Amino acid sequence: MKSKRLQAAVANVAIGAISLIALIPILLIVINAFKTGAEASSMSFALPRSFRFDNFATVVEKGKLGRSFLNSFAYSGLAAIFCILFSAMAAFALSRNRSRLNRMLYFFIILGIALPLNYFTLIDVMKWTHLMNTRAGIVVLYMVTQIPFSIFILFGFVGGVPKELDEAGVIDGCGPVRLFFKVIFPVLRPAAVTVFILAFLNTWNEFLLPLYYLNSAQKWPMTLAVYNFFGQFQQSWNLVSADIILTILPVLIVYLLGQRFIIAGMTSGAVKG
Amino acid sequence: MYPFYFIAIALIFYVAFAVVPSLMGIYLSFTDWNSYAKAINFIGLDNYRTIFSSDENYMHGIRNTAVFTVATIVLKTIIGLLLALMVNRGIRMKSFHRVVLFMPSVIPMLVVGIIFKSIYEPQHGLINEALRAIGLSSWTQHWLSDVRWAFKSVIAVDVWKGAGYIMVILLAGLQAISSSYYEAADIDGAGFWKKLRYITLPLLMPSLTVTTVLNLLYGLKIFDTVYVLTNGGPGYATDVVYTQVFSQFSLGSYGVGTALITVLFVIMTLMGFFAVKLMSREEQG
Repeated sequence: MKSKRLQAAVANVAIGAISLIALIPILLIVINAFKTGAEASSMSFALPRSFRFDNFATVVEKGKLGRSFLNSFAYSGLAAIFCILFSAMAAFALSRNRSRLNRMLYFFIILGIALPLNYFTLIDVMKWTHLMNTRAGIVVLYMVTQIPFSIFILFGFVGGVPKELDEAGVIDGCGPVRLFFKVIFPVLRPAAVTVFILAFLNTWNEFLLPLYYLNSAQKWPMTLAVYNFFGQFQQSWNLVSADIILTILPVLIVYLLGQRFIIAGMTSGAVKG
Repeated sequence: MYPFYFIAIALIFYVAFAVVPSLMGIYLSFTDWNSYAKAINFIGLDNYRTIFSSDENYMHGIRNTAVFTVATIVLKTIIGLLLALMVNRGIRMKSFHRVVLFMPSVIPMLVVGIIFKSIYEPQHGLINEALRAIGLSSWTQHWLSDVRWAFKSVIAVDVWKGAGYIMVILLAGLQAISSSYYEAADIDGAGFWKKLRYITLPLLMPSLTVTTVLNLLYGLKIFDTVYVLTNGGPGYATDVVYTQVFSQFSLGSYGVGTALITVLFVIMTLMGFFAVKLMSREEQG
């Protein structure tokens, strides 16, 4: 009995230490965001002598963060909404009508989870569709990158929705569109929330696509704005820290509020199979 | 009742923006496609010869990507598994730890890179300062500019970011294992290791397969952290396929870049194919 208690104590200490390692880099940024430039130049854990809240105002103004925030919000929000809509419709039809063709298509689509985008030839496609360097173009690309995994999660979920619902809908005279929006989609809501949050986070954190396909600073999302700000103000760690906080704050809020859904989504694909 | 256009909308976007470029890329990887020249000429396997030639530097990127992927999978899986086993036992503040340990994986990779650029800084960075503070000044290093350390430092950042993600998936796997197995093992007098070897690991295999596949696909595409931390340097010590792809993009030499992506495309599609087969088999079974 005694060794059990010792084991538990060791495990508690060990996990506490590792959690601390996970937290330290984030705490470091938080502390230094409130310092003066001179204090922050050493990036230490010393507490700031006075809290400089104006760092955040400086960063928002110099880094044009307001604009980038709205860009990111629009890109990720729209991409996630369209992604969930199209993925849910596809997952519903694919799961309910398991014809040979549909099973092949499902395979073909979720293979996209592994597919690396070809950034070179994608330029041509973007030009043909007049989406190069446009906001709409980034929304489309963000959405496309999230579709395969979303369909994968939703497909599994639709399988658990009883078919009797469809039949009841048909008896009530629903067409396919009404059936989907009035009956099926509301039932899919828990999975839809998960997919929405994952798609939103993944695209909010995306850096490569806007780096390749958006050349004007006006259209930059947060990640590119931060990267550029870091390039300009490398010496001012207080400002870089403040900038980082403003970038990750929305993500952390979404994470803390929605972590139940995030973990459910990540593990639903992983654990069930 | 289940019209084809429900599938078609997602399918069209996916085909147009993901599949078509990949297929075009296979063709164009056999050409001298360049952003500065109008004409595109067929040059056979020349781009692939360039990539796999020992006189050029592309092999560094391919080798580093392979090492990075294997190293991060092994480290993240071991650490993630240990964490999951600990959290699954009677740990205090279980959900607090889970929230904290998972947090690094929701922060943008790019931002993680910037944060660790400060932490690795030789003069004032947290790691060297800490080493000096505990009297280990001789252990301080130029973590990102020393050829011996740069790649290890980049790998460490990725492990910091990703171990919690693995933990969460494995934890869910652990919680799905019925406790009756362990009770039976207790009656038989099996110790911790025996239980791990004969109950936990075999039953956790599906979750471990999934985390390995996800990590594999993620590792092969690593870019943001490397780009910010070292941009492939010093020399080619931390160059990976995606940093090379980006420099080809900037240089306008699309033919070689497309060939690089096509190499990845073939590898990842094959892996994806087996992964999908494997997962759908488990789903039925």
